[in-house]
Amino acid sequence: MPPLAQRNLFHDKVRLTVTLTGIVFSVVLIVVQLGLFLGFTTATSNLIDHSGADLWITSKNVPYVEQGVAFSERKLNQVRAVPGVADAQKLIARWTQWKRHDGGQDSVQIVGINVDDTLERPWNLVQGRVEDLKSPDAVILDELYKQKLGVTAVGEVFEIGGHRARVVGFTHGIRSFTTSPYVFTTFKNAQNYTSLREDQTMFILVKVAPGASLEQVRRDLLNNVKDVEVFKTSEFSRMTTFYWMFTTGAGVAVLIAAVLGLVVGFVVVAQTIYATTVDHIREYGTLKAMGAPNSYVYKVIMKQAAIAAVMGYVLGMIVSVFVVNGSQKGGAAILMPPSMAVGMFFLTLLMCVGAALVSINKVTRIDPAMVFKG
Amino acid sequence: MESNMQSAITVQKLTKNYEEGATGTLALRGVDLDVHPGELLMLMGPSGSGKTTLLSIMGCILTATSGSVRVAGREVVGLNEKQLPALRLEHIGFVFQGFNLFPTLTAGENVELMLDLKGVSTAKAKKRSQELLEQVGLGEKYSAFPADLSGGQKQRVAIARALAGDPGIILADEPTAALDSHTGRNVMEMMSDLAHKRQRAVVIVTHDSRVLNFADRIVRIEDGAIASNTEAEMVPAGVLSLNQPQAAIGLV
Repeated sequence: MPPLAQRNLFHDKVRLTVTLTGIVFSVVLIVVQLGLFLGFTTATSNLIDHSGADLWITSKNVPYVEQGVAFSERKLNQVRAVPGVADAQKLIARWTQWKRHDGGQDSVQIVGINVDDTLERPWNLVQGRVEDLKSPDAVILDELYKQKLGVTAVGEVFEIGGHRARVVGFTHGIRSFTTSPYVFTTFKNAQNYTSLREDQTMFILVKVAPGASLEQVRRDLLNNVKDVEVFKTSEFSRMTTFYWMFTTGAGVAVLIAAVLGLVVGFVVVAQTIYATTVDHIREYGTLKAMGAPNSYVYKVIMKQAAIAAVMGYVLGMIVSVFVVNGSQKGGAAILMPPSMAVGMFFLTLLMCVGAALVSINKVTRIDPAMVFKG
Repeated sequence: MESNMQSAITVQKLTKNYEEGATGTLALRGVDLDVHPGELLMLMGPSGSGKTTLLSIMGCILTATSGSVRVAGREVVGLNEKQLPALRLEHIGFVFQGFNLFPTLTAGENVELMLDLKGVSTAKAKKRSQELLEQVGLGEKYSAFPADLSGGQKQRVAIARALAGDPGIILADEPTAALDSHTGRNVMEMMSDLAHKRQRAVVIVTHDSRVLNFADRIVRIEDGAIASNTEAEMVPAGVLSLNQPQAAIGLV
């Protein structure tokens, strides 16, 4: 086929620019919004997903991890006595106040762990070691929040919940969805920082023995330990994510913005391809008069849309990569896994081809007799 | 019956009513006409007389309200939207007043487009396109865009495009209207050669009295009916080739 689609597309540079701008805008908007959604989703369940536990034990009616309620740590022994439980550890995850050197205060989320155990250890350490938490009043936090908490280096001393805290290390990329940074410390310190009684915990993390049935262990825990809920890690992760993303409406807002990006892109592309089609309507009429079936004309228009989609996608992804990389230094990460990049290609193609259908409707109604009119 | 078999186009008792308003407009009323291979027929008449409507129906672009239209021996009335384009593609080549070339394609690509529609491979289409442009005297203009061609050159590209499908019938709507007299004569010589040397049935709608001497037959239409259908005086072939010898080159 002679390059009619390509030539029609590139003939009017201004219109091509408008078309590509529309597609690029749409691609970037969708990537940013979906990436934000993904980033937020990951952040909401970060603590749970990286816990290394198979089961989470909470008080009754705990809808998400930030809403944990303290209960007696004596239940830990009951949990350890259940067949199939390979390991069980107490965990504190609770909000408290961090006092900066300038006297200002910020909310933080204390994560109190057993440093000698493998469950819920801080990950992605860029400075310090997890074992450093064994030193008195030691805490580890993420480098993203240094400025927010007024921290400049390891060794600095602050106040958490009225108690001394000394920074011994930094992690990288452990974001908190609530904007209250996670501060890792020992279980004992965490009790002090969060004013929890000595005999209280907020969660118990369970590692199931190899070969044991997760479901069976869960049932046995529910039967043997009173007044608790037992969730699979994936289940508790989903509950927490669902709460923050949908119950609060935060996720819905981001998704709506992504859909708006798609709609705006569709409208811009549809409008420009339609205008291009109208510009060339006499040519399409001539094609039909020459004996071209409708499908031939459709092919030309679809090819135009597909070329525009590919060009717009490539340009849009270049811009998106810059935006995504830039976001890594901020509090809200925009994630773009390879599957999203691939999915975006097909979504862009679908958007452009769908937009071209508006023009096809116009072409279908062309009367080839128009070629004889002037 | 025998006459029908020999005709490229046979029109019988043809009427066309445009549905406009309560009554509509009767554009053609009971037209009978035969067009034969090797004949150059001119349709003349005042504006609104129905000649372009007749051309459109003979070209399978417009459907008749009643009557019969046979193109290359096949009844056209009653064919559907898929069958009509296929019939046009196989049997009819069009030449338009405004040339109707694709401005974003080169002269060669404009001709190749027709060959592509016919299913000719790209390599063969390029070769054939070059040959056809050479036949109309534009061999060196293969890569030129329509905007860089004169009116006469554009119309010659349009003729090459119409010929690319190797149709038995050429229908032309005011092919010389946008051309000066010299170029118009040049184009008419090509049309004449198509009819007389290549045995195409050529039908031309025209207002241009300067080209009447190329006609084998002149059909005058008034108010949707044929007012006269007369054999024209043949123009001696020698006169044409003496006046415009380049026009006949390559069309044999």
